[in-house]
Amino acid sequence: MISRDELSEIRDNGLWKQNSSLVQILGLCPLLAVTTNVVNGVMLSLATIIVMAIANVAVASLRNLIPHEIRIPVFILIVAALVTVVDLLFNAQLHELYLVLGIFIPLIVTNCIVLARVEAFANKNPPLQAAFDGVFMGVGMLWTLALLGGLRELIGGGTLFSGIDMVFPGLQPLQLLPADYPGLLLAMLPPGAFILLGCLIAWKNWVEARAAARDSGQRPLPTPPAPLTDHA
Amino acid sequence: MTPPVKTPTAPVMAVRTAVILLIFVIAFTSLLAAAHLWTRPAIEEAAAAEKMKLIGEVLPPGLYDNDLLADSRRLAPAAGLGLEEESTAYLARKGGRASALVFEAAAADGYAGRIRLLLAVAVDGTLLGVRVTQHKETPGLGDYIEPRKDRNKERPWIRQFDGLSLAAVGDRAWRVRKDGGRFDAVAGATVTPRAVIKAVHRALQYVAENRQQLFTADGAGK
Repeated sequence: MISRDELSEIRDNGLWKQNSSLVQILGLCPLLAVTTNVVNGVMLSLATIIVMAIANVAVASLRNLIPHEIRIPVFILIVAALVTVVDLLFNAQLHELYLVLGIFIPLIVTNCIVLARVEAFANKNPPLQAAFDGVFMGVGMLWTLALLGGLRELIGGGTLFSGIDMVFPGLQPLQLLPADYPGLLLAMLPPGAFILLGCLIAWKNWVEARAAARDSGQRPLPTPPAPLTDHA
Repeated sequence: MTPPVKTPTAPVMAVRTAVILLIFVIAFTSLLAAAHLWTRPAIEEAAAAEKMKLIGEVLPPGLYDNDLLADSRRLAPAAGLGLEEESTAYLARKGGRASALVFEAAAADGYAGRIRLLLAVAVDGTLLGVRVTQHKETPGLGDYIEPRKDRNKERPWIRQFDGLSLAAVGDRAWRVRKDGGRFDAVAGATVTPRAVIKAVHRALQYVAENRQQLFTADGAGK
């Protein structure tokens, strides 16, 4: 079973301390390609949560059968097979949802975060803990990608939640900036994703440095890293 | 006093590891095969339903009274269609006379892989509609060729093709505005529309060249 302490540690690691995008910097390929808006970021994360939880449980259950020397090929085999099975099952059984999530599922194969959690956590822990690890790592990815996608579409086009009508027909994206906002193409292109991700990482490090300074009774750092607005 | 641990020799270890890996490969390949077999009927059914829905988007319902999926024919691979494999075309008839052809084409030079298109052309050579059926263009950037991803909901990009024909639009105008043509494109993502425009143009030329064959009742592919 799982103790309360264990659960909260897994949760803190996934959501903040070991955040897959901000600390482990894993899964950049889908992260950069897909996070052009909030909806895409959230959808990719949801697909990743499902796959990561299943892959973690599978590996944690089989961990005593996998020889140490060949664990990586076996992990790759398991992850690739499970991604494909999830893709097929979604397509057959939840076709409406598949039309929305479907294009993101194959992207997960290229996402090393799944392999990383399998190797770093599921390989050494029981299935239940591994399931929680997969879910919370995915939720950590979800808020980060949603934030990144939101910043990119807001700066890039002045909107928020574009594409929401694909998920919830009838809902309209928000136009936050005036309609004549010219847009900043850089934010929509991969370099913009890199720059904004860098700003988010700097922000996280700044928050942590401040918290650490407060804990040790000192004043905050005199020169915080660049604020978020320095992207352009 | 612990008994001496028996360490297996290297060849034994190698064989054992290989066998374990093999077992994993067999187990997970079987899982894949089982999932594939189990889900195939449902996936095919959903794909057929989607196909009819898609045909409905390019072909106005008033133009035909026959069962389209039954009136299909195979088209041989053709450079004009951008396809290296056979494809399926559907002949729309009204009162027994051919009125339009629904067929597939592809653009090979998209930003990321092939872009597959479904076109409907009336018997007089007018383009009734174009839809993108499959693509891997960048989400949020090049994917506006799909109307439901297009931000311009009133007049999605792909509808610029509606009603055009080779007779009405000269060869040089089949380009994006940036290249001196008549088609709009979103700044920063012109590779995708260029590929689509070129493919549509080529497909129209293909239909013009093979018009007799394509619109006769018995079909070309038989």
